[in-house]
Amino acid sequence: MTVLHDSNAFKANAATALHDASLQEALAIAREHSIPTRARAIERLPEFERLRNSGRDLKNHVIAHLDQYLLQFEQSVVARGGHVHWCPDAGSARARVLEICRSVDARTVTKGKSMIGEEIGINAFLEANGIEPIETDLGEYIIQLRRETPSHIIGPALHVTQAQVEETFRKSHDGLDPARNLDDPAALMAEARAHLREGFLKADVGITGANFLIADEGASVIVTNEGNGDLTQTLPRIHIVLASIEKVVPDMHDAMTLLRLLPRSGTGQELAVYVTFSAGPRRAADLDGPGEYHVILLDNGRSAYLGTEFEEMLRCIRCGACLDHCPVYHSVGGHAYGWVYSGPIGSLLNPALNGIENAKPLPHASTLCGRCESVCPMRIPIPKMLRHWREREFAGAIAPMPERRLIRLWAFFARRPWLYRLAARLAARGLHLLARGQGRLKSAPFAAGWTRHRDLPAPQGRTFQEQWRARS
Amino acid sequence: MTSQPSSKVDTVALFVTCLVDLFRPSIGFAAVKLLEDAGCQVVVPPGQTCCGQPAYNSGDRESAMAIAQGTILALEAHPAIVVPSGSCAGMLKRHYPELLADDMNWGPRARSLADRVFELTQYLAARGLRIDAQVAARATYHDSCSSLREMQVKEAPRDLISQVRELSLAEMAETEACCGFGGTFCVKFPDVSDAMAQRKVDCIRATGADLLLAGDLGCLLNLAGKLKRAGSTIAVRHVAEVLAGMTAQPAIGESGTGDSRMGDSGVGGK
Repeated sequence: MTVLHDSNAFKANAATALHDASLQEALAIAREHSIPTRARAIERLPEFERLRNSGRDLKNHVIAHLDQYLLQFEQSVVARGGHVHWCPDAGSARARVLEICRSVDARTVTKGKSMIGEEIGINAFLEANGIEPIETDLGEYIIQLRRETPSHIIGPALHVTQAQVEETFRKSHDGLDPARNLDDPAALMAEARAHLREGFLKADVGITGANFLIADEGASVIVTNEGNGDLTQTLPRIHIVLASIEKVVPDMHDAMTLLRLLPRSGTGQELAVYVTFSAGPRRAADLDGPGEYHVILLDNGRSAYLGTEFEEMLRCIRCGACLDHCPVYHSVGGHAYGWVYSGPIGSLLNPALNGIENAKPLPHASTLCGRCESVCPMRIPIPKMLRHWREREFAGAIAPMPERRLIRLWAFFARRPWLYRLAARLAARGLHLLARGQGRLKSAPFAAGWTRHRDLPAPQGRTFQEQWRARS
Repeated sequence: MTSQPSSKVDTVALFVTCLVDLFRPSIGFAAVKLLEDAGCQVVVPPGQTCCGQPAYNSGDRESAMAIAQGTILALEAHPAIVVPSGSCAGMLKRHYPELLADDMNWGPRARSLADRVFELTQYLAARGLRIDAQVAARATYHDSCSSLREMQVKEAPRDLISQVRELSLAEMAETEACCGFGGTFCVKFPDVSDAMAQRKVDCIRATGADLLLAGDLGCLLNLAGKLKRAGSTIAVRHVAEVLAGMTAQPAIGESGTGDSRMGDSGVGGK
C-alpha cells in the first residue's frame, strides 16, 4: 500500500480501503478483538467511570495551568542534569534532534514508538541526513520495513495481516532460512528480536516518545509491552524524549491516575507490561543509563487552541479507544485519514495541527454516533468538536458552495412553517407517485448518494400534518 | 437530569419530526394512539417543521439557531413534548440548550423546554402504559445512537415490546454500533455508509428475525433501503406501529396489497 499524505483525499482513500481485502480482514480481526477486550477490563474496575471524571478534571487543571507546569518540568529536568528544548514547530524539533545526534557523530539511532516522531517526520529527516533510524517496537519495525506509516495510534501495524508480516520479514531479512517456520506471532516476534539486537547494541542515540511528563520529578514515562523502549533509552549514550506540551502532569500521583485509565482503554490491560520512568542522565552510582537526557517539547500549533472551543482535545492521552470503537475507522482503517492521526481523534487533531483547509472532509467523516465519546477515558466530547470544525468550515466558506446553498435553501423553508408544510406536501406526493405503488424507489432526483447502495422507501403519500388537520 | 413525566400531565404536544411527517405519517398516528391509550390528550402544534439537525450537523449554526427558536416557540406552551425519534428528541433536549446557551432570552427557554422533552417509548414506559397489541413475529430491535447515548433509552422500548402478544424479541450482536445513516453522512460518504449498513444488516440477519424495529425513522429508512435492495423479506417498522397494533400499512419500503391510492392510509380518519 502506498503511503498517503492527503486528508483531503479521504473519500478516494476510503474507496481504496473498502476494496482492499487484506485490510478488511485485518480490520475485522482488530474490531472483534478490541471491543470485548476493553469491555472486560472496564467491567473488572467498578470505579472506572469515577476514574474517568478524575482524569478529565486532572487534564483540565493542567491545561488551565500549562505554562506553570511546563516551566516546573523544565526546572526539574535541568536540576537532574537533563536538557529541555522548546520547539514551536516540527522543523525546529527536527533540527534539535539532528544537532544532538551530530554532537556525538551518531550514525545509528534506535527508536521507541512515538506519535510525535511521526508528527515531525523524524525518520525520513534523519535518513536524509545520513543517520539510520531503527524502529524497535514490533509494529513500527514492521511498517518501517514496508515503508508505511502507522494506521493506528497504539497499533501502528494494525492494517498488516500476520501472513503479510511473514512475507515482509522473508523479503527484508537477509540470510533468513527459507525453511524456518514463521507462522505464529511468537516466531515472528523472535525473528524481529534477533534482528533488532544488533541495532540496540550499535545505536549511538535512543529516541522514545513519552506518555506523560511529570512536572515535579522532571521525569518522562513510557508505557510499553515489549521492553524495547527500555533498551532504546538505556543502552545508547544519549536518550532523546519526543513529547508534546500537553503530556505534562503535576506529579506522580496524577500520573498514576492516568496510568489506570490508559492501558484499560487502549489494550484492555490492567497495566502494560512495562511502565518505565526516566529522570535525567545516568548518575555516578547508577549501573546503567544514558550519559545525556534531552526532552524535545513540541508545541506544533497546540497552544493556539488553548481557550478555544477545541481546547478539550488537548486532554487526549492517545489510547486509541475512539479508533477501536469507531464504525468509520472499522470500515476504512487509519491510512484513509491521510495524516499521522486517524479515527475520531484524528478528525479533530489533523485539522488542528495541519490546517482545516488540508483536512476538509475529516470532520464530516462521522455519523456523530457518539460511541467515541462514550469510551474516551478523558471524556472528550468528540462529536461536539467535530461539529465545531464543520461550523468553522461553513463560516469560513471552506465547505463546498453547492452544499452551503442547499442547506441555506432548506433552512429558508424550515424557518417558515406554512411554506415548509406546502413543500413537504409536494415532496410527499411527488416521491409517492414516482414510486408507482412499489413502496420504494431505485433512483430518485437528487438522491444518487442514497440510491447507489440502497432503495429509497417511498412516502405514504400525504403528510402527517395534512392528515391531522383533516381529522381535527 | 431527566425529569420524570408527571402522571398529572394530560396534554402532550407531539413533535412529529420531518421524516415521519413526510415519509411515514402512520408512525405519527400510532404515536397518537399510544399516547391516548396512556391517558393523554395529544396536540400537534402547527408551527413545527424540522428540529434543525441538517443545518446543525452541517455547521450552519446560524440557521440551526433560527430553526431552534421557531421550534421552541411552537412547543414551549405545552407541559410535555413527546418525539417518536431519539435523534430529534436529543436535538431538542441536549443540543438546543447548548446552541442557545449564550442567549439571554432563548437560553432559559431552551433549557425549560429541554426538561419537558421525551422520546416516545421513554414517555410511554414511564407512564406505565400497558400494551394491548398482537403481532405474530420474531423481532429484533435496533438502538439508534441518539436514543442510546443522548436520551439513555435502552430498556423502555424492550419493556414495551415484551408486552406485545405473539411477538418474540431476539437481540442482535453489536447493538451499540451505528447503522451508517448519520443524516447527510450517508449521502456524503455513500460507500462508507454502505459498509456500516452491511455490518448492521449482517447482525440483523443473524438473529433470524422477520421483523426489524427501531425508534428512529432515519435508521429505519437506511436499513429498509439496504434490506430491500438486497431482496430481503425482513419487514421493517417503527416500534410505535407494532406497539399500537397498527400494522395494516405495508412495512417500510414495501408495496401495498395492490391498493396504492395516495393517502388512503386508513389510519388518518379514525
